[in-house]
Amino acid sequence: MGLYIAKRLLAAIPVLFGLTIIVFVIMAMIPGDPATAILGSYATPENVERLNRELGLDKPMVQQYFIWLGNLFQGDLGRSFILNRPVLDEVLERFNATLILAGTALILCSVLGLLAGVISAVRQFGVADKLITFIVLIGISIPSFWLGLLLILVFSVQLKMFPVSGMYAIYGGGGPLDLLHHLFLPALTLAAVATGVIARLTRTAMLEVLRQDYIRTARAKGVPERSVIYKHAFKAALVSIIPVIGIQAGFVLGGAVYIETVFQWPGIGSMLVKAISTRDLLLVQGGVLVVAAAYVLFNLAADVVQTLVDPRLR
Amino acid sequence: MAGKATKKDNSRPSVFRLLLNNHLATAGLVIFGFIVLIAVAAPILPLPDPDATAPVDRLKGLLTDGHILGTDALGRDILSRLIWGARVSLAVGISATIIAAFFGSLIGLVAGYASGRTDTILMRGIDMIMAFPYILLALAIVAVLGPGLLNALYAIAVVNIPFFARNIRGIVLGLSRREFVDAARLSGKSHIQILFGEVLPNVLPVIIITMSTTIGWMILETAGLSFLGLGAQPPQADLGSMLGEGRKILFTAPLVSIIPGLMIFALVMSINLLGDGVRDILDPRLKSGSLTRPVPRTRVVRDEVPTVPETGAEALLDVQGLRTEFQIGSEVYKAVGGVDLRVAKGECLGVVGESGSGKSVSAMSIMGLVPTPPGRIVGGVALLDGEDLFGATDERIRQLRGSAVSHVFQDPLSTLHPLFKVGDQLIEAIRVHKPISHVDARTRAEELLKMVRIPNAAERLYSYPHELSGGMRQRVCIAMALANEADVIIADEPTTALDVTVQAQVLSLLDKLRKEHDTGILFITHDFGVVSAICDRVAVMYAGRIVETGTTEEILSSPKHPYTAKLIDCVPVLGEPERRLDAIEGRPPVVNKLPEGCAFAARCPRARDDCLVGDIGMTELGDRRAVRCLHPLNDMQEALNV
Repeated sequence: MGLYIAKRLLAAIPVLFGLTIIVFVIMAMIPGDPATAILGSYATPENVERLNRELGLDKPMVQQYFIWLGNLFQGDLGRSFILNRPVLDEVLERFNATLILAGTALILCSVLGLLAGVISAVRQFGVADKLITFIVLIGISIPSFWLGLLLILVFSVQLKMFPVSGMYAIYGGGGPLDLLHHLFLPALTLAAVATGVIARLTRTAMLEVLRQDYIRTARAKGVPERSVIYKHAFKAALVSIIPVIGIQAGFVLGGAVYIETVFQWPGIGSMLVKAISTRDLLLVQGGVLVVAAAYVLFNLAADVVQTLVDPRLR
Repeated sequence: MAGKATKKDNSRPSVFRLLLNNHLATAGLVIFGFIVLIAVAAPILPLPDPDATAPVDRLKGLLTDGHILGTDALGRDILSRLIWGARVSLAVGISATIIAAFFGSLIGLVAGYASGRTDTILMRGIDMIMAFPYILLALAIVAVLGPGLLNALYAIAVVNIPFFARNIRGIVLGLSRREFVDAARLSGKSHIQILFGEVLPNVLPVIIITMSTTIGWMILETAGLSFLGLGAQPPQADLGSMLGEGRKILFTAPLVSIIPGLMIFALVMSINLLGDGVRDILDPRLKSGSLTRPVPRTRVVRDEVPTVPETGAEALLDVQGLRTEFQIGSEVYKAVGGVDLRVAKGECLGVVGESGSGKSVSAMSIMGLVPTPPGRIVGGVALLDGEDLFGATDERIRQLRGSAVSHVFQDPLSTLHPLFKVGDQLIEAIRVHKPISHVDARTRAEELLKMVRIPNAAERLYSYPHELSGGMRQRVCIAMALANEADVIIADEPTTALDVTVQAQVLSLLDKLRKEHDTGILFITHDFGVVSAICDRVAVMYAGRIVETGTTEEILSSPKHPYTAKLIDCVPVLGEPERRLDAIEGRPPVVNKLPEGCAFAARCPRARDDCLVGDIGMTELGDRRAVRCLHPLNDMQEALNV
């Protein structure tokens, strides 16, 4: 068990290295001179040359990568010239907000998705199943950024139940309740698509599991139906659902880009969008790297949970 | 080439017709077709210029003169912009899909066909790309290339390449081991010719299915990038950028954002409906209806509740006139067509027949363990100590299951829950029927494991099923069946999945237990060797009916039905290598189209004309000895000659 987790941790290391290579290569593909791209077209030639030297851009590619990687290990992701601030500081501060939003959304979509999927499977072809299937279809087809706008129009503008945007109230806000109040709509919006995907998969997985021989055994033992479904079948279905929840973490982290923009949530997604339009490329690089690394760790966590559920993997 | 084209045309109408049968998919097709038609026809429709600004007419409401959907902040006609925008969004989504499909399929084809190191390297690269959150990678690409519709298109295409590559590779990997590829290779074709001439046509349907499932996503994601201001740049507009512009005036003119969003939603939803429809048709699991949930107990729909017949006091379990059917599509399969089974205390009744003879279905019907749908019990009674099981409530059946009547199934690997320790599964079996503490139940579970002679019983309680051998697992299953000292054990081929020595151990265990506890056993098997080892009486089944009954001794020494004789003939006997071991020629009849007369006639060497007409009843030959045959065998010599 411990050995398996250690193995998985070790296997994640090359993936993390792979991420750094891809991020580095993408940034190296910027057309023209990167220093000019970073400093903008009004930069003086001296400044461009100095930055080129600072970033080691006058050296060969492989050497550049290792210099960059070495800096990365020391927590140096460069400096955002637009914010005039170290990239890492900005990224970590923003990432905190994203983690709150995406984490909540991930919990929401897992709970709602599993619940809806199980109910749908148990009431197969019934009214609840048809209703859930229909809502799920809407959930996976609706543009999340549009759903966010609709929710703002209805719940913030019309009903005035939730704030329109932001993470805390500007005056007198700041407590956990204030955070929850601000978190509700964006987290719900962000969870919508993933909930649909998980609900669909849960339904199929439950239906597949309920046909298995060991379910017949449980029934032959006289186990009450409630226990057959929620203990025997659900645990077996989880085995195929957990990896998908891991994958959904990626969609939730990525989808945060839209939702943070719609709700002006001060997270890494809205930072990235701004950084792209201001061509603050080091900030983009740092942001992408941190979110991608978080995704790898999410999947690692999903793997570990998977082994806890399924003894055959140990 | 021409041949291939015609073949495709022939297969298309049936799929298309199936699609139309699916109402949701039809709705999707209609909506999607309508949007595409309007978008394609945009240049010839009488629409105002979508980019013509008219500050005077800004933010007109719905149905104002000349503007059906009103105008935006610059006074541009929203309907016209919507149609032109949909045109752009569709074009971008479809182009991105084609690019992703082309490069992804190419990678998948090469990786799957080359296999080995090329495959490893390509797939590691694909895994790396998939290690990124999907949208994030697209953002990074746009960041590098700069905002713009074309760059957004490339970004979305690139991040979708892995889906195609992985799907296609898996299939090509299987295909490239097939004979036709070897044949092409031997005929001297080059790798390129084989890959594109032989392999590609076979994966084309998969590529198309993957395209139909990803195109909705791609439209959604490119719209998303445009919404963020990273895709279409003004004055060019797609649905996403319209929504992004509308968002700036969300509170004053919500319609400007609601309308384009609704259009994206309709487009993506119609594609998803259509894609689901296509998948439902092509996925064989869904086609066979195998993804329906069996209810806890077989449905009983007896035309009339039969009067409970007087039974001899010695019968513990008495099944009379049992009929069980399966409804699959419009076909009705009469799996069990009127079966009588009687088991007395301490007696072991063997039910013997080939697979498909209805023996398992008969046994599983007793406690309602035949899956519904598609199964249902349509007639007969099953009396347990005089109580009609088919008329009992679900709760009563649940109480009886595992306590009065327990089961042992065929494959011990699939019948034990893989994720629970065997001890916990045993404890559960005990505690659902007895209100005892967990600790006491554990002690009892250990006793049970000792009783079925599992070494280190106390430790084994903490083992998972996969940590035990096949024989061990079956012992656990038997221990579970013994947990509550059941009166009857229904054993459905409990030794078939085991090797011969283990089989003998399990049989002697069952035999010993029934003698000690006076348990009745209903023993399902296809093997007369097993029957001779444990059964007191035998019922031979064929095509859902019993064709011969008697004591084991009588049946083995002088079988009366030719089918019984043939089954006995199939048993290998040590030291008699000259014995025929051939399976019975031909196959059992399909039970939805049973022939008139004797169901076995088609395979019977003794069949005469009178075997093919009417219903052939059981002929009583003595005390509880009967045969369903007009020309039964007279002696052993005849039996050997069959």
